[in-house]
Amino acid sequence: MLTGKAMTSRIETRFAQCRAENRAALVTFIMAGDPDASVSLNILKALPKSGADIIEVGMPFSDPMADGPAIQAAGLRAMNAGMTLRGVLKQVEEFRRHDADTPIVLMGYYNPIYVYGVDRFLADAKAAGVDGMIVVDLPPEEDEELCLPALHAGLSFIRLATPTTDDRRLPAVLANTSGFVYYVSITGITGASRPDYSKVATAVQRIKAHTPLPVAVGFGVKDASAAAEIAGKADAVVVGSAIIDTLAKTLDAERQGGPATVEAVSKLVSELAAGVASARR
Amino acid sequence: MSVLPKNSLRQGPDARGHFGIFGGRFVAETLMPLILALEDAYEDARKDPAYHAELKNLLTYYVGRPSPLYFAERLTEHLGGAKIYFKREELNHTGAHKINNVLGQILLARRMGKKRIIAETGAGQHGVATATACARFGLECIVYMGAVDVERQKPNVFRMNMLGAKVVPVQSGARTLKDAMNEALRDWVTNVDSTFYCIGTAAGPHPYPAMVRDFQCVIGDETREQMLSLEGRLPDSAFACIGGGSNAIGLFHPFLDEPSVELYGVEAAGHGLEVENGHAASLAGGRAGVLHGNRTYLLMDDDGQILEGHSISAGLDYPGIGPEHAWLKETGRVTYLSATDKEALDAFQLCARLEGIIPALEPAHALAKIVEIAPKKPRDHLMVLGLSGRGDKDIFTVADHLGGM
Repeated sequence: MLTGKAMTSRIETRFAQCRAENRAALVTFIMAGDPDASVSLNILKALPKSGADIIEVGMPFSDPMADGPAIQAAGLRAMNAGMTLRGVLKQVEEFRRHDADTPIVLMGYYNPIYVYGVDRFLADAKAAGVDGMIVVDLPPEEDEELCLPALHAGLSFIRLATPTTDDRRLPAVLANTSGFVYYVSITGITGASRPDYSKVATAVQRIKAHTPLPVAVGFGVKDASAAAEIAGKADAVVVGSAIIDTLAKTLDAERQGGPATVEAVSKLVSELAAGVASARR
Repeated sequence: MSVLPKNSLRQGPDARGHFGIFGGRFVAETLMPLILALEDAYEDARKDPAYHAELKNLLTYYVGRPSPLYFAERLTEHLGGAKIYFKREELNHTGAHKINNVLGQILLARRMGKKRIIAETGAGQHGVATATACARFGLECIVYMGAVDVERQKPNVFRMNMLGAKVVPVQSGARTLKDAMNEALRDWVTNVDSTFYCIGTAAGPHPYPAMVRDFQCVIGDETREQMLSLEGRLPDSAFACIGGGSNAIGLFHPFLDEPSVELYGVEAAGHGLEVENGHAASLAGGRAGVLHGNRTYLLMDDDGQILEGHSISAGLDYPGIGPEHAWLKETGRVTYLSATDKEALDAFQLCARLEGIIPALEPAHALAKIVEIAPKKPRDHLMVLGLSGRGDKDIFTVADHLGGM
């Protein structure tokens, strides 16, 4: 078998397809195990059909310091329903049986990975069909922890760039980034207010001056029109809290979901995908 | 500080903020440039005599330093062993050691031109100290406090309000100190330009653990001088309670290179170390992990999810510990013990009755171990308790536990 480096990765292939279709990619976030393992797996399977190009799968953590109330609550629901890091990898494994092409990027915090064991985690993630990861609390200053081992294992390590990342710092942030760069369009937590879109275009151009990687933009993207707006300025649009909010609204008093949950999320993602497609470039 | 010997235990952290494998800078990218700017500003201030002079002036005339080193005569008599001294940080303005660190950080915030100060607090002592310094310098002050702690430390909430601070009760997670810290970090990540995060303990991303320690070293430096002048020699042992561990590191650090001085850190054993999630002793019952910007010992489950922990004392009820303590445990230089809620309550009452001093429940944990160890030591053994805070804030909690009194 070829190593990750020699192969064209699923992420690269997917961005190439989107470019060929003259459109941005839609990146959707869901929390693994929210509201429970079975419903979240069904959502996962339905996402590509609804128009998600890349899927970010949240790894629940007890102390999500960079997340707002929606994603905090999603993580809690998942943990209360018994989701663990091993369980997250199992979900990806299941998903891969049905979908060989849609890139899966794990997103979360370092402690559960550190406790699982970095080498074991990378091996298991690779085997499950994970393509990359975003670990919020690992800046380039801590690259030796997980970023470099991940790259070595043939997995992408996707870094966040933020409005506070100045030109002096950007090269360090981009140095070991692979797959794509995730531009966090506001300073703040997930689910916060809508960014100033005029600034987003400038920021994307600033990052592109430093890297050939695609630039995805997220934070504050709530609906199809916002997605269209960002899609005109970036290579990908990331939507997270809006999807979680939609999911949460379908849950009953015991926080249980069902087919209606999958349907509601699919509907929103279809609308977002239409928004992204409308912004042909 | 004079030049350190080659094998000094006081050299840490390294340039990247590591004490052995502990410490580091595990924060979101949004915060990274701020932390680097803080590190630069602190390095700059450290070299500036005017900064030190201003801090010294405040510590003398505003805080009331040096705090006395008091011979606890009746306690010594009662225990019948070591000669016990209290380093009386509870006599500082605002009633605890927290103000030492806060003033250092607030002067730094002023140098950096930051007008909005945020802080987390558990027992409320750090919140009160921060609110006090902000009032003194006319700065906006927002204090995040777990909703459970708001309930059990009402007098301090009222004090913060009086001082003009806004206290935000945190409803997420276990609604105690770790959740207050999460919420403060969320605020900081949102208000990056205007805001200075005044962390209350020797933990968090580099440079906080080293910086807070430096500000608290005044405790150990004074103890050293005072003991030399009172007894003509160094103490034989020093005891301090540990939540995050700032008063302990401040007392211990100046003695790290003095092998004759035994150092004892006392964690909160809550309902007992054997009770699952029933204590807050990260060193005794936790393992290495990454939270709140640093690698350190943490209480967590097998999946790496942080546990809430428990202690009768809101100031010790934190599932982590400063990274330098994690390192000192591994090197064996400091002995880490723990005291249960019950032991702390007993020591609290003993201190009140014998010495006429109502200690905070936090240092009552350290006192509990002195009660255990002092009788086994000879009468010429000089033992110091870091009496880190006063107990006015705890009287209702204690009354509850003792059945209303």
